[in-house]
Amino acid sequence: MGRTLAEKVWDDHVVRRAQGEPDLLFIDLHLLHEVTSPQAFDGLRQNGRPVRRLDLTIATEDHNTPTLDIDKPIADPVSRAQLETLRKNCAEFGVRLHPLGDVEQGVVHVVGPQLGLTQPGTTVVCGDSHTSTHGAFGALAFGIGTSQVEHVLATQTLPMSRPKTMAVTVDGELPEGVTAKDLILAIIARIGTGGGQGYVLEYRGPAVEKLSMEARMTICNMSIEAGARAGMIAPDETTFDYLRGRAHAPEGEEWDAAVAYWKTLRTDEDAEFDAEVVIDAAELAPFVTWGTNPGQGAPLSAHVPDPASYEDASERFAAEKALEYMGLTAGQALRDIRVDTVFVGSCTNGRIEDLRAAAEVVTGRRVAEGVRMLVVPGSARVGLQAVDEGLDRVFKEAGAEWRHAGCSMCLGMNPDQLAPGERSASTSNRNFEGRQGKGGRTHLVSPQVAAATAVLGHLASPADLSGAPAVPEPSGV
Amino acid sequence: MEAFTTHTGRAVPLRRSNVDTDQIIPAHWLKKVTRDGFEDGLFEAWRKNPDFVLNRPVYQGATVLVAGPDFGTGSSREHAVWALQNYGFKAVVSSRFADIFRGNSLKNGLLTVVLDQKVVDALWELTEQDPNAPVTVDLQDRQVRAEGVTADFELDENARWRLLNGLDDISITLRNEDDIAAYEAARPSYKPSTVQL
Repeated sequence: MGRTLAEKVWDDHVVRRAQGEPDLLFIDLHLLHEVTSPQAFDGLRQNGRPVRRLDLTIATEDHNTPTLDIDKPIADPVSRAQLETLRKNCAEFGVRLHPLGDVEQGVVHVVGPQLGLTQPGTTVVCGDSHTSTHGAFGALAFGIGTSQVEHVLATQTLPMSRPKTMAVTVDGELPEGVTAKDLILAIIARIGTGGGQGYVLEYRGPAVEKLSMEARMTICNMSIEAGARAGMIAPDETTFDYLRGRAHAPEGEEWDAAVAYWKTLRTDEDAEFDAEVVIDAAELAPFVTWGTNPGQGAPLSAHVPDPASYEDASERFAAEKALEYMGLTAGQALRDIRVDTVFVGSCTNGRIEDLRAAAEVVTGRRVAEGVRMLVVPGSARVGLQAVDEGLDRVFKEAGAEWRHAGCSMCLGMNPDQLAPGERSASTSNRNFEGRQGKGGRTHLVSPQVAAATAVLGHLASPADLSGAPAVPEPSGV
Repeated sequence: MEAFTTHTGRAVPLRRSNVDTDQIIPAHWLKKVTRDGFEDGLFEAWRKNPDFVLNRPVYQGATVLVAGPDFGTGSSREHAVWALQNYGFKAVVSSRFADIFRGNSLKNGLLTVVLDQKVVDALWELTEQDPNAPVTVDLQDRQVRAEGVTADFELDENARWRLLNGLDDISITLRNEDDIAAYEAARPSYKPSTVQL
């Protein structure tokens, strides 16, 4: 019987397989950042172990880094101490590090792909659940905990139980104005936050094949929000074009050998998935969340649901709690929800294509009175490219704040946070209670919806803006 | 890792589904660089509410957490496991755990037990009516026992063996170093390297 993409990559990395034991998998690329690594380095030190493969390990600073005044000492002493700990650990063990201020610094999941380190058919891990992002290249990429970070540093392997596979087949074509973010939010709403648990998802079908690498990364990034540790997309010409010429991409004969291998990384015709979900792209519309988990979402044209409409008692209770926390009432039109803050950035939507999309919407327009719009590039390089293209000027002229690279308001470990009760439209990945700051309320949206929301002051899509070309909006999923 | 064989203690009923790791330990606590001292951050936002179940004096000193489905979703932060352990929990019961959280818990000796929602419901009712009711989590026999409840649970034999013996994963893996070296020797040369160019 044939094998799925995930099974092929898995099999190619088995170092040891024994009855009654998890497979021991080789890890091709280990990405580190300051938050989930200090205790792992401590473990190495306590046991007198070195980093086994420095040539497969790279670190950057992202979660704590400020997005203003990056040339000054970091104001928060605890954040500063954590960054200094990473610098000390990398120096002691010899790990390549791109610290704040370095041209290659940025959100770890933006940095890996842009350096060309994330390649098809590789295994990629990082102490961060959004490592699933790298699956967009046909890599098997998943988030790990700190004990596993230590394990990979010491052995370059991980004992893992083989996951099940689920196909997420997206038929048809995404309608005009509907983005990868809308697609993944709709998928999560369909299968639920636990629907992908125990599976590797493979996104496929005509609508997925047409997507750019940036859009594919947005989709794979949020696999974890459906409970799946990893999400993958088979590599194709779009993938190869993205990689060609990047700093760490193979060259010459090596490139040809790599591409020959990469072309084998497709699910065989006769392979069987353990589960399959089919989505009709044509039925999708701009999608936003109303609740406190990423599965609590609906088309922008819909209304806040009535918790009483849920048959399942625990879902009903969760919806009640969510509306209470979010300060929303059942039946309220989603378009009537006013926001205080708009955040464009994160490992989900902080790439150049995302910034271009948001900039296009705000060009010649102004951010609404009383709304704060933060634009945070995913990496220093993305920031430089945006400046080259004049996007920073577009944002600033519209009244938005243009910042330096980092995770920023996605999780508010740096000063970029919501105040209690404040409401945001955010291009990030999690609308959990307090995620963007204590008491903050988050609506997850695409960059296009974020930008239109900034202009109008309430949840909106570019089609709602006056003077915009009228794009008919389908009714929903 | 501390070994886990069997544990008996009082239990806290947490009637919530989708308890994400941001709720278990908020991000600002993640700036710490140690594995201890996270107990005050556990469920920090919810504990501000005096009615929150963990704040009720009758549940002080409880060591088993009985939670709703999809416990531990979201971020991979192992700090969530450390916070639960620092607070005093030895085991967590739910009908479904997020994968990364589950893996992290078993690597630290915090036993995560998957039981049918019906059994979880029964444990909720029991511990709400009688907060002193002892709950036993027995890894030897893979069974949870409490008044009116006897439920077997599954855990793969390898994970169980590691927990029962408190074994360190890294030393087990390093016993197979020859396999790792052999794999490394056969890797294609086009695979990526982080060596600065």
